Amino acid sequence: MRNTENYKLLIMVTPAIAVGVAFFLLPLARLALVGAVGPSGLSAYVEVLTNPNYFSALVSTIVLSVAVTVTTLVIAGIAGVFLERNRFFGRETLISMLTLPLAFPGVVVGFMVIMLGGRTGLVGELSSFLGLGRVVFAYSLIGLFTGYIYFSIPRVILTIMAAAEKLDPALEEAARSLGASPWHVVRDVILPALRSALIASGAICFATSMGAFGTAFTLATDIKVLPIVIYTEFTLMANISTAAALSIVLGIITWAALAACRAFAGATAAAAG
Amino acid sequence: MSAKGGTAIRLVGCAKTFTNGTRALERTALELKGGEIIVFLGPSGCGKTTLLRVIAGLESPDPGGRIFFDDEDVTELPIERRNVGMVFQSYALFPNMNVEENIAYGLKVHGATPQHRAKRVEEMLQMMQIGELRLRRVTELSGGQRQRVALARAIAAQPRVLLLDEPLTALDALLRERLRIEIDVLLHSLGITAAYVTHDQGEAMAIGDRIAVINRGTIVQTGTPREIYYHPASSFVADFVGTMNRVNGTLRDGSLELPGGRIPWTQGGTGAVQALFRPNDARIVTEAEAQLRGVVEQQFFLGDRTRLHVSGIADGLVVVETSEHREFRVGQSVGLRIEPGALLNLRD
Repeated sequence: MRNTENYKLLIMVTPAIAVGVAFFLLPLARLALVGAVGPSGLSAYVEVLTNPNYFSALVSTIVLSVAVTVTTLVIAGIAGVFLERNRFFGRETLISMLTLPLAFPGVVVGFMVIMLGGRTGLVGELSSFLGLGRVVFAYSLIGLFTGYIYFSIPRVILTIMAAAEKLDPALEEAARSLGASPWHVVRDVILPALRSALIASGAICFATSMGAFGTAFTLATDIKVLPIVIYTEFTLMANISTAAALSIVLGIITWAALAACRAFAGATAAAAG
Repeated sequence: MSAKGGTAIRLVGCAKTFTNGTRALERTALELKGGEIIVFLGPSGCGKTTLLRVIAGLESPDPGGRIFFDDEDVTELPIERRNVGMVFQSYALFPNMNVEENIAYGLKVHGATPQHRAKRVEEMLQMMQIGELRLRRVTELSGGQRQRVALARAIAAQPRVLLLDEPLTALDALLRERLRIEIDVLLHSLGITAAYVTHDQGEAMAIGDRIAVINRGTIVQTGTPREIYYHPASSFVADFVGTMNRVNGTLRDGSLELPGGRIPWTQGGTGAVQALFRPNDARIVTEAEAQLRGVVEQQFFLGDRTRLHVSGIADGLVVVETSEHREFRVGQSVGLRIEPGALLNLRD
């Protein structure tokens, strides 16, 4: 009986295993191998961490991603709870507009940042009109940050709204009856209830920011983020083993961050992976 | 925990209209003495919970309404500054805190010292007999345990008023009965002013010093459980609180004539009349003593009493309850007596 069950199970998971091996494990193994057998051998991995250019790209990518994640969680957390709680004219339209960036490739997002903060962008026009000089931020860290926030918010806001919907209003009323101020209610009732959703959506937000390419490529910023460095090494310098090593490092850091989140959130945020 | 005087509550002209136009509560005046326990009883959607939430400060009354705790006007105070304890049907325990932390929460936000907090939590755990649960997560507790924790949490910070919104509705019958007795004893020993919302008349009878029966946003009668039961002011109250028989008869020569016989009538009047009486006010007597005669159509053995459906007394079936141990047969004829004082004549 038990053997038949196992047998059936094996047949059923075979497609998943085949796809997993062909499109995930084999390329990954190949990538790791390529990184190790280049001209400099295994030291390609060491070089990624010791070469100041690569290392600074790694650090700025992580810093950017963390900043984007934290900012997005604050903005989308507040907006998500607000949108879930309040019914007003145009609410549905607003929600569907907020999810619009999900449909845009990174290139479009980058293009929009240029139109906003580029040399002839809206902000620049406005600031020079006001006699404050031409403000241009599209090609700096702020430009990247703006673009990343833009495509991160919808990913978080929908998860937060779903979690806020399940919040029992009696919990807040109970806290208030016990003397809790609005700030206490946020700290002791709302945030704990949203904890899993914040961790899960924050992890996805972080991973997306770490790997985002299109926006950074379009903005061609002076700040080097890791995906751009990988692209440059691979296509322009044909430095394939370094590109591979950088890819593996990028993957490991993102994977470790997600794993840490999962451990932190317990089983409840399993969706974070 | 000393039995202090308790806070008097006074509502003046409190109505509540929601933003969608629903009128949940008509203009209501109500006074509660310090330490009094009042039950708001009524069908679902009658406005009893709205009334409780107005007292709590979770809803503000329409302009013109005022709420006083003793002589203090609390109308403009939000709930967190009214110092009320609340118990909810859904328990509303904080899932991110254990039992101890839940109970201590009110003390914590009020800035009590850790020593005072620990002492108070200990007292509460003892009082509610849940000492062994102190470190449990609330999700691991049964319904009855959760409601004990919720009660402990509500009274830990010594509120001026305790407000309970259908606290037993989510529990099974046996537990409901037990906790109802515990709550009754607890409230009276605390001497705290309390308002208790329920749709269950049994609960209302057992717990309330006074019952306010509410229908369509209006308090239709207030009185002790006995007054409400034996002297309902309207047929709505009569029907909502317990079972009531309605019989149509004719008044003639100081008697009420029914199809099954005649009974003395002391309330005056002539002609056709509708009289009401409780099932336990009709006594089953011998053939010789009987005023009314009928036939048993159905019998229900309820353990502590037997309920009979009797035909032939009036135009429809009459419900009679007796605590006699004897068994009845369907088709058996029975004789009944009803004392004149047990007959009600409500005009609405």
